[in-house]
Amino acid sequence: MRTTGTVLPVQNISHKGAKNAKKNLRFAFFAPLRDQFPMLRIVKYVLYDILQNRIVVGYTLFLLAVSLGLFNLSADPTKGLVSLLNIALIVTPLVSIVFATIHFYNSYEFIELLAAQPIRRSVIVWSEFLGLASALTLAVLVGIGIPIAAYAPNATGLSLLAATVGLTIVFVSIALLASVATRDKAKGIGVALLLWFWLALLYDSLVLFLMFALADYPLEKAMLAFVSLNPIDLARVVVLLQMDISALMGYTGALFREFLGTNWGIAFAAAVLLLWAILPMLWAVRIFRKKDL
Amino acid sequence: MLESTNLSKSFGKMKALDGISVRMNAGQAISLVGPNGSGKTTFIKCLLGLVIPDGGDVTLNGKHILGHWDYRQHIGYMPQIGRYPDNMRVGQLFDMVREIRRGTFSRVDEDLMRAFEVEKFAHKTMRTLSGGTRQKVSACLAFLFDPDVLILDEPTAGLDPLASEILKEKVLAEKTKGKLVLVTSHILSDLEELTTDVMYIIEGKIQFYQPIEDLKARTGEDKLNRALAHIMKQNAAA
Repeated sequence: MRTTGTVLPVQNISHKGAKNAKKNLRFAFFAPLRDQFPMLRIVKYVLYDILQNRIVVGYTLFLLAVSLGLFNLSADPTKGLVSLLNIALIVTPLVSIVFATIHFYNSYEFIELLAAQPIRRSVIVWSEFLGLASALTLAVLVGIGIPIAAYAPNATGLSLLAATVGLTIVFVSIALLASVATRDKAKGIGVALLLWFWLALLYDSLVLFLMFALADYPLEKAMLAFVSLNPIDLARVVVLLQMDISALMGYTGALFREFLGTNWGIAFAAAVLLLWAILPMLWAVRIFRKKDL
Repeated sequence: MLESTNLSKSFGKMKALDGISVRMNAGQAISLVGPNGSGKTTFIKCLLGLVIPDGGDVTLNGKHILGHWDYRQHIGYMPQIGRYPDNMRVGQLFDMVREIRRGTFSRVDEDLMRAFEVEKFAHKTMRTLSGGTRQKVSACLAFLFDPDVLILDEPTAGLDPLASEILKEKVLAEKTKGKLVLVTSHILSDLEELTTDVMYIIEGKIQFYQPIEDLKARTGEDKLNRALAHIMKQNAAA
């Protein structure tokens, strides 16, 4: 028999059994859902920690300043959108991947503390992901969304915003994979930067090189495949197609238009981006479940 | 109650745990002793699921724990170095852990929080706390949910004498309630006060695991430190 002198009972013990039995019955069909509830509790603290960090606020203000500046540079909002597209597709993946990687390593203590609690490892990684993705998405919605709503509230503007949000989520996912897979912080950030460098710059150069080298062959369909394999390229093409300037892209552009310009094409692009967001996370969860802390 | 069979873990070429099989029962308080780097902390972390063993098995009350998570509700863990999110306030930390464990505990035990007067520094952020104060926070967290198993890694290191006494009294009180307590420490006098059994780990293997009384009788010494020194000397000679 335990002494109850100074131990505070949290709830009336005699009712506890009955209460739990009832609860278990009610949730029996939603067991997976119930198991995910701790996630939201944790996401709250992850978000709290991120929002205390001034970098996200700075990032939001930076995006806001750039967007407003570009829209004010010329009277034609479409020109503003094109410039914004080029900057957003470089900057948002870079900031997302670097910030998410650094944040993960800096939360190591937090993660260690959580791992000793009665929660699943997978809940910890998904909470980090949700916290980071929602904080950075919020920054994009404010920093790019508000100017777009003010200056270019049309399908093109919307597609640019959606593409940027999509890329933000994708690169948070890739960042978590990079951080979970490497133990050392410097190495992790290096891997994250390399991945960004590859997807944002090197990949395009390689594809261009292939195109010139194999210019005599019909490469349109292959190009479509290449574009789909890179989230940044895919986002860029989908937004450009909304801008009616695909005529500048020649035969390949025509094929893109035929495929990616339709609603099916947009759905396809969204699905590919979704895969890019989910697959690295699933991989990260797999690694993290077996990681020694 | 808590049992490991043939538990092994390597970090690269180094064997941190090399086939550890032990059975630990409720009401036992066990000292985990061994030289630095002998595998004590790795063993503890395997029990907690923080380190995933390469081979072997661990059960708590007959249930396998590897790959599971809910068994951790029965364990209170005080790490060697309590590391917490820098920006979090002490009060928030307690709120968070309570929120995470909501539904997994039936009572809270705030004895230590009162004894250490946690509310006096509840508004401070973790970054500003001294090492000893962090240890107090770690201790409070370990005991907070009235767990059946207490795992304390170097609990008194860094605590002032008063806090150290408070913590030791608490450990003894929990032991008499029939909990399993596992303590590592290099302060042998503390261990002699707190524990009933001693488990000596060296190079990832259990050298011996027996009641302190038996150890003393075997070596003919009346103090734990002397008895251990006796055994180490024997080992060195062999």
